[in-house]
Amino acid sequence: MTLPSILADNPRLDRWLNFAAAGKVEVSTGRVELGQGVLTAMTQIAAEELDVAFERITVRSGDTDRTPNEGYTAGSQSMQAGSVALRAACAETRALFLEEAAQRLGCAAAELLVRDGRILRNGEATQFDYWSLAPAVSLAREATGSAPPKAAADYAVVGRSAARIDLPAKLFGEAVFVHDMILDGMAHARVVRQPNRGAALGFIDEAAIRRAARGSISFVRESDFLAIVGDDETAVEAAAAAAVDRVHWRGVERPSALQQEANWLLQRPSIDRVIGAPEPDSARGLQSYEATYTRGHLAHASIAPSCALALYRDGHLTVWTHCQGVYPLRAALSRMLKLDASAISVRHMQGPGCYGHNGADDAAADAAAIAVRMPGRPIRARWRRQEEFAFEPVSPAMVVKVRAALDAAGHPVDWTTEIWSGTHQGRPGGGATLLAAEALPDPPPVPAPIDVPEAAGGGATRNGEPLYDMAAKRIVHHLVPEVPRRTSALRSLGAMPNIFALESFIDELAERAKQDPIAFRLARLSDPRARRVIERAAKMANWSETEVHANRGKALFAKGIGFSQYKNRAAYAAVIVELEVEESIRLLRAWCAADPGLAVNPDAVINQLEGGIIQSASWVLKEHVRFDNASGGPVDWETYPVLRFSEVPEIAIELVASDSDLPLGVGEATAGPTAAAIGNAASRALGIRLRDLPLTRERIMTKLLAQ
Amino acid sequence: MPQTVAFTVNGHAVEVVVPHDDTPLLDVLRNHLRLTGTRFGCGLEQCGCCIVLIDGAPVKSCGRAIASVAGRNVTTIEGLGTPEKPHPLQQAFLEEQAGQCGYCLSGIVISAKALLDRNPAPTRAEIARALDDNLCRCGTHNRILRAIEKAAVRLRQGGRT
Repeated sequence: MTLPSILADNPRLDRWLNFAAAGKVEVSTGRVELGQGVLTAMTQIAAEELDVAFERITVRSGDTDRTPNEGYTAGSQSMQAGSVALRAACAETRALFLEEAAQRLGCAAAELLVRDGRILRNGEATQFDYWSLAPAVSLAREATGSAPPKAAADYAVVGRSAARIDLPAKLFGEAVFVHDMILDGMAHARVVRQPNRGAALGFIDEAAIRRAARGSISFVRESDFLAIVGDDETAVEAAAAAAVDRVHWRGVERPSALQQEANWLLQRPSIDRVIGAPEPDSARGLQSYEATYTRGHLAHASIAPSCALALYRDGHLTVWTHCQGVYPLRAALSRMLKLDASAISVRHMQGPGCYGHNGADDAAADAAAIAVRMPGRPIRARWRRQEEFAFEPVSPAMVVKVRAALDAAGHPVDWTTEIWSGTHQGRPGGGATLLAAEALPDPPPVPAPIDVPEAAGGGATRNGEPLYDMAAKRIVHHLVPEVPRRTSALRSLGAMPNIFALESFIDELAERAKQDPIAFRLARLSDPRARRVIERAAKMANWSETEVHANRGKALFAKGIGFSQYKNRAAYAAVIVELEVEESIRLLRAWCAADPGLAVNPDAVINQLEGGIIQSASWVLKEHVRFDNASGGPVDWETYPVLRFSEVPEIAIELVASDSDLPLGVGEATAGPTAAAIGNAASRALGIRLRDLPLTRERIMTKLLAQ
Repeated sequence: MPQTVAFTVNGHAVEVVVPHDDTPLLDVLRNHLRLTGTRFGCGLEQCGCCIVLIDGAPVKSCGRAIASVAGRNVTTIEGLGTPEKPHPLQQAFLEEQAGQCGYCLSGIVISAKALLDRNPAPTRAEIARALDDNLCRCGTHNRILRAIEKAAVRLRQGGRT
């Protein structure tokens, strides 16, 4: 059997697990807990393959000193790639122990099995278990991939819902987040942010800032990096708030209101390429249809601002962070601080859900930059709420133009998706820089404009190609290097605007052909797994039995559908929503059918799918990073509103059974389909096509008045 | 001028010395008393992460000056229950697996307690409205609503508050 790629990169078995403590198994994963339940799922995987009780397993995660390097916990890859590596490592370990036991018992390994860590021979207890054999079985060896994992039919732990191991501590208010860490002698820090790369620090009204602090604070300054540090967080916070207007900068650039609209991208220089098949002769001369869709910039808008702790002692730097990739961050810190990577330990601690690349890495860089200048002193750098909104990377605005040649029945036979977007790859490990590094002396060069490669699912091009059958499809990608604000990865990257565009376009074609949107989709969709989720969602929502477009009093009611297979290779999901439109859109219900392949922890899969629906609904109905307010961008929950409890629809989710033993990433699978379903339902209710996100009341009114 | 403020937290009398009487209650809880279960979310009284009960009423502790808490009873998430003896709300949240990152949960559970204390049989819409001061970014809203409904039923049937 081939070694899973992550196991090939981290082949030493003792990097993945050990039996050092009697009766316990310590498992390691490079994946980190972001609230998605990954540590619980990894525990299930290990319990299953080792035949050890779930409770005996502890998981170590995201620590450059001790866990495998799995890059980032991102892209819905933890289960699809990470769990498969852990599974293979555990299967091989189990086989090694059985070989050792077989040799000692003088029998064939086939006569042996493991039950909760004890080795049984033909069903009878032996004197051996993992822990008694552990001294004789060295895991300081490389995996060979020689032991096949269990067959899915034999699963007893995987595939059954398990309670999340991280949740109790959160409900009892324990100090689980990096924000809650308190180290002896710790100093609190806030950075006075350089407004933009190249802006120069001018006059600092230190006296006024100290007065505002009403307590002891000190300044850490080097080049254009300025931080306020002190023992008392209240004083440091007050000083940081005052510093916003009392520190002067030269060379400040502000984004303009024009730049907040996605169409601004169309006038900018771009790096262009074409991916896919050329237009076949058969498509030429057919009737064609074209439509353009847009989406503005989005914020991650984590529930709390980023935070990190750092301690530099005896030439070694330790950083505690809620970032998504401890190894890439270590590499970026090494470059910024000119400190060898071996002198840096980066440890993951949980934080507020990030949904992508938010301020976490930059807060870690802040703490580290201050810590190396104050050796021996633990530094806690916490961003301010306003700072997180103003300085975290945003998801880039996108313009997506779809053009298709149609056959006589109105079905597409040739398809072009043309995309304009800034990059979705602004991570420090991917060549981009840390904010602190830009302010410190000798700032790194401006990163070259690159986007996530198609091999990793693509950035702006993600899901740009529809799954529907047709003669030829292609993507024309315009990567726009100039962006009004730093852009990077947000849950589903380009897939949300692309699926919104593709699935809106399909609905438009169905309307033109006067066909039911679901029947229209199924007529050109041969992938059986895709068909099954669409058919199941339609059944759940009583699609065929319900008048799709009905008037009840003043409000207009409608249902709409959206579908995708995330990245065209992860989970399949179909979402149907029902909404009413009066002055604005109100979501009533959502139904989702998804095929996640092997669902390691089905309840956690459903939780992720549902979270994706709600977050996407919030993006579509409310969210837009605007630059036309007094602060030149969002600074709080009033300038960046998100969906609230009373605005959330009822949601029903069903997993479509799959006989696959491969898990497919689910965390981002519903983002695109939900956006499309809302757009299709609202367009149907109003009788006008809505192509520009977000679908705020203001935008809808503008569109209606223009009719 | 340092000030001494005396109040009650989770049933225990405490006295804290703070540099100023307008120090936010949240800072006192987290940094002076090391009760970090009450989370910092925005410091702007907008997100609800830091909600605690003061004499039974939900209050955003980031915007509440410590002086105004003198002599009063503060309840934080640490005062509700323990893993061994969970509050019915905590129990119900665990049963419904109502959470993802969990950062908002302290404030939400406290808001829910305040609601059920004044309205033991709320409708789902009433629960949702009562939680509109609390933001959740992961999208676990429906699980949270179900958990609170479940806890309300148990409390009405005689569970402890």
